[in-house]
Amino acid sequence: MSLTNDQVRAIARLARLSLDEGEVAEVADKLANILGMVGQLQATDTTGVAAMAHPLDAVQRLRADEVSETDHREHYQRNAPLTEDGLYLVPRVVE
Amino acid sequence: MTALHAETLAELAGRLARGDCSSVELTRHFLSRIAAHDAGLNCFISVLEARALAQAEAADRRRARGEAGPLSGLPIAHKDIFCARDTRTTCGSRMLEGFVSPYDAAVVERLDAAGVVTLGKTNMDEFAMGSSNETSYFGPVRNPWDPARVPGGSSGGSAAAVAAGLAPAATGTDTGGSIRQPAALTGLTGLKPTYGRVSRWGMVAFASSLDQAGTLTRSAEDAALLLAAIAGADRRDSTSVEAAVPDYREALDAEPGRLRIGVPRGFFDEGLEAGVAVAVREALGEYERQGAALVEVDLPNLQLSVPTYYVVAPAEASSNLSRFDGVRFGHRCEAPQDLLDLYERSRGEGFGAEVKRRIMTGTYVLSAGYYDAYYLKAQQVRQLITADFARAFERVDLLMGPTTPTPAFELGAKTADPVQMYLNDIYTIGVNLAGLPGISIPCGEVAGLPVGLQIIAPHFGEAALLGAAHRYQRATDWHRRLPAAYA
Repeated sequence: MSLTNDQVRAIARLARLSLDEGEVAEVADKLANILGMVGQLQATDTTGVAAMAHPLDAVQRLRADEVSETDHREHYQRNAPLTEDGLYLVPRVVE
Repeated sequence: MTALHAETLAELAGRLARGDCSSVELTRHFLSRIAAHDAGLNCFISVLEARALAQAEAADRRRARGEAGPLSGLPIAHKDIFCARDTRTTCGSRMLEGFVSPYDAAVVERLDAAGVVTLGKTNMDEFAMGSSNETSYFGPVRNPWDPARVPGGSSGGSAAAVAAGLAPAATGTDTGGSIRQPAALTGLTGLKPTYGRVSRWGMVAFASSLDQAGTLTRSAEDAALLLAAIAGADRRDSTSVEAAVPDYREALDAEPGRLRIGVPRGFFDEGLEAGVAVAVREALGEYERQGAALVEVDLPNLQLSVPTYYVVAPAEASSNLSRFDGVRFGHRCEAPQDLLDLYERSRGEGFGAEVKRRIMTGTYVLSAGYYDAYYLKAQQVRQLITADFARAFERVDLLMGPTTPTPAFELGAKTADPVQMYLNDIYTIGVNLAGLPGISIPCGEVAGLPVGLQIIAPHFGEAALLGAAHRYQRATDWHRRLPAAYA
C-alpha cells in the first residue's frame, strides 16, 4: 500500500485539514502503513455476514417531538471565537 | 496505620463515617499530594482546589446533618474528557484549550449528587486517541513506577494520579482499552463497563459505537462503589441501556458456584512477553485453587480486531470531530481568508498529528469508492469477532488473559510507528468491538513493573466480573502495592 502526495492532499482537503507541505510525505508514509495494516481485512470471507453497527443490536429510541430544552444560546456562545448580536461570525460567503 | 493516600475508597469512606477525619482534611491531603508530586508526573491538566474544598465543606455539612451516602466526601479525579460545568474541559487538545464546559457530563452530575469531591481534571491522549499518553497537547504523563516509562493511555493521567496516591480513584473512558491498558501498566483496577451501561452524555465523543465511561481504582470493591453511582439509563444518551442496575457492592460477596473460566489460546501467542505470561498463568492458578475450572477457548478472529478497530474507530472519529470547525467553539485560526481557509487552518492548528492521522484514515475509508472495501467490510468482521465471544460464553462464565502484551514501555519507544502503538491494544480492542464489560486487575510484576490480568464477562455481567476480581484481591496483595517513590 502506498499513497501519493496528491492523494494525501486530497484526503486532507476532504477532511478540512490544512497540512504543511513539509508534513505531506511523512503523513503519506504513516497513513499508507495504517491502511496496509487494515488491508488484512480483505482476505477474510464475509459472504452473507450482516454489517454490525451497534454492539447490542439496539435500535434508535424515539421520543415525542416536544420542547424539552430551554434556550442557552448566550451561555453556549461564551465559548465561541467570534459573535455579534447572538450570531456566529465567519468570513463573508456571499458577496 | 497506612497513609491516607494508600487507602481504598472503601477504607476512606470508613474513616469519614467513624469521624477519624473530615472530607475537608481528606481533600486537603490529596491537594497537597498533587502540589508536591504532580510536577514530575504531569497527571493533571486542571486542579480545582477552590471547587474541591467547597464540595468537601458541603459534604461535611451533610454528614453532620446525618445525610451522608456511601460516597459522600470522597475525593476523586475526572479524566479531562468529561464536562464539568464552568470548568475547563480540554480533552488533551489545543483545539479545546480555552473551552469552558457549559454543563455537566452525566458521570460528573451523578458523582456530584452522590457527594463526591472533584480534585481536578486529568491529562489524557488527545481526544483519547493513543495508548501511551504521549499525544496530549499538555505533554506526556510519566509512570509513577518508572518515570522513564509511559503510564499507558488514553486515561494515562487518571491512572498515574491514582497509582501515585494523588487521588484515591479516578474516572476514565475506554474505546479500545483506554481504561484497562493504563490500569495494567500502573498496577490498578480498571473497569470498562458494558457498552451503554453508563451514559455518554457530556463525554467528548471519539468513536460513539465503542466509547464507554468507567473507573480506575485501587480495588474491585472501589470499582463497584463508583459503578453503582454512575450506571443506569439516561434519556440524553439514546445508546444508554434501560437495564436494571444490580447492587454491585452486595454482588462482590456472592458465591459463584463452580466458575468456568475460558482462556483464549490467542491471548498467549508469540506476541506476549514471557514474564507477563508467567504472572497471568499464576493468577489463573489462584482461580483454580479457589475451585474454578479452566477451559481453553478459541477466538478465531481475534487477530482481526486491530485492523477492524482501525477502520471503525477512525471512521466514527472523522465524523464526530467534524464539529470542530472554528466557528461555534474551540480553536480558531488568525485572519481566515475565506470559510474553507477558516475550517482547514483552525483544524490543522488545533489538532495534533495522531488526531489528524485518525481523521484522515476515517475520511479515506468512508470516501466514495472505498466504503465497501473498508468500512462495510470492517463492520462485517466486527460481527464475526462478536460472534466468537458469544460462542465462547456458551461454554464459560468469564474469559481471562493478559491485558497487555508487555509491561509499561519507555517514552518514545513506539511513537515513530503508529501501527506498533496500535498493536499494543490487541487483547483489549475486541472487547470494545463486541460491547462487552472488561476489567484489568494487577496480578504480578516483571522487573518491578506491574502486570494486569484481564477478565471479560458477557454483556451486563459487571457483577460477576467484579466478584471474580474481588475474590482474587481477597487472596492476594498485588493491588495494595505502591510505587516506592510515592508510598
